[in-house]
Amino acid sequence: MTTGLDVTPAGSPPGAGPSAVEALRLYESMVLIRRVEERLRDDSAAGKLPGAVHLYIGEEAVAAGVCAHLGDRDYATSTHRGHGHFLAKGGDVRAMMAEIWAKREGICRGMGGSMHVADISKGILGANGIVGAGLSIATGAAFGAKLDGNGKVAVCFFGDGASNQGVLMETLNLSTLWQLPLVFVCENNGFSEFTPSDQVTAGRIADRARAFAMPAAEVDGNDVTDVWRTAGEAVRRAREGGGPSFIEARTYRIQGHFEAESFVLGTGRYRGEEEIETWRQRDPIARLRSGLVSAGTVGAADLDKIEAGVLDRVNGAVAFAEAGQPADPELAETLMFAPAAPAATGTEEA
Amino acid sequence: MARTRLIQAIHDGIVEEMARDPKVIVYGEDVELSIVGDLRGVHEQFGHDRIRNTPISETSLTGMAVGLAAAGYRVVVQMMFANFMYTGMDAIGNQMSKLRLMTGGQMELPITVIATIGGGSANAAQHSDTPYAMLMNLGGLKVAVPAAPADAKGLVKTAIRDPNPCFILEPNGRGGELGEVPDGEHLVPFGKAAVRRDGDDVTVVAIGRMLKPALGAAATLETEGVSAEVIDPRTLVPFDTGAVLASVAKTGHLVVVDEARETCSAASQIAAVVAEQGFDLLKGPIRRVTTPNVAIPYAPNAEAHVIPGEARITATVRELLGRSGRSEKVLA
Repeated sequence: MTTGLDVTPAGSPPGAGPSAVEALRLYESMVLIRRVEERLRDDSAAGKLPGAVHLYIGEEAVAAGVCAHLGDRDYATSTHRGHGHFLAKGGDVRAMMAEIWAKREGICRGMGGSMHVADISKGILGANGIVGAGLSIATGAAFGAKLDGNGKVAVCFFGDGASNQGVLMETLNLSTLWQLPLVFVCENNGFSEFTPSDQVTAGRIADRARAFAMPAAEVDGNDVTDVWRTAGEAVRRAREGGGPSFIEARTYRIQGHFEAESFVLGTGRYRGEEEIETWRQRDPIARLRSGLVSAGTVGAADLDKIEAGVLDRVNGAVAFAEAGQPADPELAETLMFAPAAPAATGTEEA
Repeated sequence: MARTRLIQAIHDGIVEEMARDPKVIVYGEDVELSIVGDLRGVHEQFGHDRIRNTPISETSLTGMAVGLAAAGYRVVVQMMFANFMYTGMDAIGNQMSKLRLMTGGQMELPITVIATIGGGSANAAQHSDTPYAMLMNLGGLKVAVPAAPADAKGLVKTAIRDPNPCFILEPNGRGGELGEVPDGEHLVPFGKAAVRRDGDDVTVVAIGRMLKPALGAAATLETEGVSAEVIDPRTLVPFDTGAVLASVAKTGHLVVVDEARETCSAASQIAAVVAEQGFDLLKGPIRRVTTPNVAIPYAPNAEAHVIPGEARITATVRELLGRSGRSEKVLA
């Protein structure tokens, strides 16, 4: 099968994987997401978090592999399962943790919460509680990037569930028509909330992009090298004015739709333990680790050192969040509108 | 001063702001030919990077505005008929009205959405709504309803410079009213009502296209010895409560004329605010003159039957002031 993403990047051999340094960065990025999500899982179960959390465990390779190609000036939109995108795009783990803990020190001052972490200064246009909403927002940001004309790109992360929103068809059409610097990244994690994807999704999702003659690829979303390589081609194409690309990353949601879902499920089940266990065997972090060690790229001790450093950062972030001040409730009354600039000169009718 | 149609005044305001700030970008369906008429010639003047046609994809048009604004542009979205906002409602209701708060104030969204509201053109129910109440209720949107050409120009210019999402809801059909527009830079602030006619016996607040029949009613009432003060709020968010209370303090009576459907109309909100803050000023009940809770029918006579007009406004004032022996309420 042709991926459609067959443009050979200048200066690197076709199909080249990440360098050792890049691979270590990918490893650290994925481990950071994993440790954060595990801690949120535990703190949610312990009743320490005020709201629901939707965790990204098992899908880390997608955010890490894609965001490795992005800088602060590039844009990304995310989903309700957005902690991984926030962190991989360079968002601050302490500010994110404080946000989820509903603290004043949170990245959104406690006004957004887990499903809406955003850092506009880093081009992280926000996790979003509305499935598919990021598609049009990313398209608008990509339009701005195109008008700027300086090589910026926008990436839209969305799920297999969002691929059934009509706005995907609209944005595939418009971004192709306007040749926008946009990369669609569909994280097919197998579930639309509590419904297996194959019950609600016809055909192959990437084919929806191919219908618009958009370059589209299906990658192993649990293989960070595969994601990194394909995303690199798509981002490069976008930067060089080659228009949008589509990546469907096949992965799996190890955790439930949200933590504490057992309370709403009751005795209902939508998947079996064996299926989850099968996917645990394809863990993207363990795969990269064994690949690097067996190839002799790095030693296990180097990776252990990264893991220890990440754990310290995560523990520090939780301590920061726990020690933070409660959100300022009056902010809700003052933040709705930005203060308007003073009126310009000229007649101003009273 | 120049006599100008309302739609031309909006055009002039947009063109001035586009010339003033290269970050102002305009898009929408059929904006290059400007079927609505408020952007005629703008494409020829500014080119494809500043104004462009989009597919008929309203869900994306509103959502893209959020992303384009986040990328540093000042976005003007021409949505044609306000009914089409229903299709684009996710980004209005869940994104542009909320993201500033949700991001802790990080996001500024200088977005101006322009759409036509109201009936009177036999466009039937799906092209004739006056849906500002749903925008007002979201909290994070500014809403302007210009009735006069000078206000239309001044409000659209203010909206484009504002760092928040603003809706300019222009009257549907035939270019709107003709009126004098000041030469040169002309800005109208949001939140300041205009007294269109002074009077002592009753305050008539008339929103948008309702201004003309309200002024007609006031002229008729004058021949009967009733002096009506007519207020044009110009913007609904923010709303100039002070101007209405000051007028009611003088007249003691309030009638609010609103083309929106009665339930949760802007008139309902204005009536509630005056009842709360100005109860002691009132000598009688507040009256709303609105479209009943029906879809706007196609037939011109049926349309005229449901949309408030001069006769209903006049009758309502007469009844309120006890000038008529019988109820002339056309619609219960």
